[in-house]
Amino acid sequence: MARLRGTGIAAVNYPTGMNLGGDPSQALIHATTSGSFVVSLSATDLGQGLKTVIGQIAAETLGVEFGEIVIDTADTDTGPHDMGTFASRATHRVGNAVIAAATEARQALLEVAAEELEAAVDDLEGDGHGNLLVKGVPTRSVRIAEIASMAQFKYGRTIAGRGAYMKPKSLVDPETGAMDPDSTEAHACTVAEVEVDTETGVVTVLSIRSAYEVGRQVNPALVQGQIAGGAWMGMSHALYETTAPYYPAVDHSPRDFSEYLMPGPLEMPEIECVVLEMPSSNGPYGVKGIGEMTANSPIPAIANAIYHATGVRFDDLPITPEKILRGLDAKRSGPS
Amino acid sequence: MASTIVAFELGGREVEVMVKPMTTLQSALRDQLGFTATKEGCRQGGCGSCTVLVNDEPMLSCLLPVEDVAGQRVTTLESLTPTQGLHPLQQAFLDANAFQCGYCTPGMTMLAQALLDHNPAPDRGDITQALTGNICRCTGYGPIVRAIEVAAQAMHAGEEGQPR
Repeated sequence: MARLRGTGIAAVNYPTGMNLGGDPSQALIHATTSGSFVVSLSATDLGQGLKTVIGQIAAETLGVEFGEIVIDTADTDTGPHDMGTFASRATHRVGNAVIAAATEARQALLEVAAEELEAAVDDLEGDGHGNLLVKGVPTRSVRIAEIASMAQFKYGRTIAGRGAYMKPKSLVDPETGAMDPDSTEAHACTVAEVEVDTETGVVTVLSIRSAYEVGRQVNPALVQGQIAGGAWMGMSHALYETTAPYYPAVDHSPRDFSEYLMPGPLEMPEIECVVLEMPSSNGPYGVKGIGEMTANSPIPAIANAIYHATGVRFDDLPITPEKILRGLDAKRSGPS
Repeated sequence: MASTIVAFELGGREVEVMVKPMTTLQSALRDQLGFTATKEGCRQGGCGSCTVLVNDEPMLSCLLPVEDVAGQRVTTLESLTPTQGLHPLQQAFLDANAFQCGYCTPGMTMLAQALLDHNPAPDRGDITQALTGNICRCTGYGPIVRAIEVAAQAMHAGEEGQPR
């Protein structure tokens, strides 16, 4: 009996967004009397950080500080329409809609400020710290928060913007089969190292190392979080997760998701990544989607590493200890 | 069966709740006392998101009848959090980005506090072993382990700086 080591590699091209009946997102932005900007969406934050990156995009486009943005994803009954958070689409689709809404809202803001400062809209600029000023005349400036208040109490105006982004439906060409299913694609390559115990069939993942090309990173810390969490989920899918019995007796099967087997902290491999930025042409500030893809390439990389270690090809997930032992037995007994 | 009044210490204050038999500490904290930092994950002792300290020991509040903490000292994330700023563990979790959705974080923080109470200078193996009852579905655990390492060092340094 032995512990066999192997290394496997796998790559993924991952689409951002989808192509059903068109893939729209909408956003509405308005300023409150205190100078906060509320971004109303129906796309939800699943915990991956959508509110953070959309807040960053809105702040950048409006020219206000991040802390002034309030993201409201309260209610799909009352919010502007969105297809939802899936297909690694939300930062791309919602971000584009928010840029459009923020551009319109900024124009409204500048018009009020121009009136207050008795200057032309084109002569105004932001200082990035919550002020608008007349170009070349730093003494003539006004707080954005004050303009927001004045708009409502002095000028009777709204500071608001509407934004929509849609990937139009793309039909399949009946002659060639060609279509345009997504908006952009992110890419990754993963190298996994495993150790296979030939006595127990247990696979230990030693490391998962990846290189990602994800377009512009709005928030590098969240990108790193997605990649590490995704590597973990991929490892779990490759080796653990099944609703079928882990061993032949049916009463060993999980009864619900609380008994569904997944790796814990003791199974933690070394997870490393490098990120390359090649901005997309159509994403907000060059974004591509990095969500689901992070759980993709670790799976075949681990399967390939097991093949490298054992010489047995497993093409059915998860690769449980039982499958490993049966595979090793079949290899020992030779071709039947 | 009739309700009874249970009194215990919560974050340095005496509190009383009127509960039916077998009401859990988790339910009393969240639903009656409004202490919602303690999360409700699996409600069967499998995930650790409801971890609180009872007399400084980590306990799963979803499995603990509130009668059992009568007269005892309960600590939740609310009472760990200073009035100003953050606890060193909270700061370390923030700096290490040791969460995405954040649902496991209160339980992880309380568990880490209990670990550091018992072992002020844990190595990576001690930390990993301590985390085995607490599930995180987002981070892959690496950032959480690193955050606890950093917090342990910060808290250790802070203690050494205190006059004896």
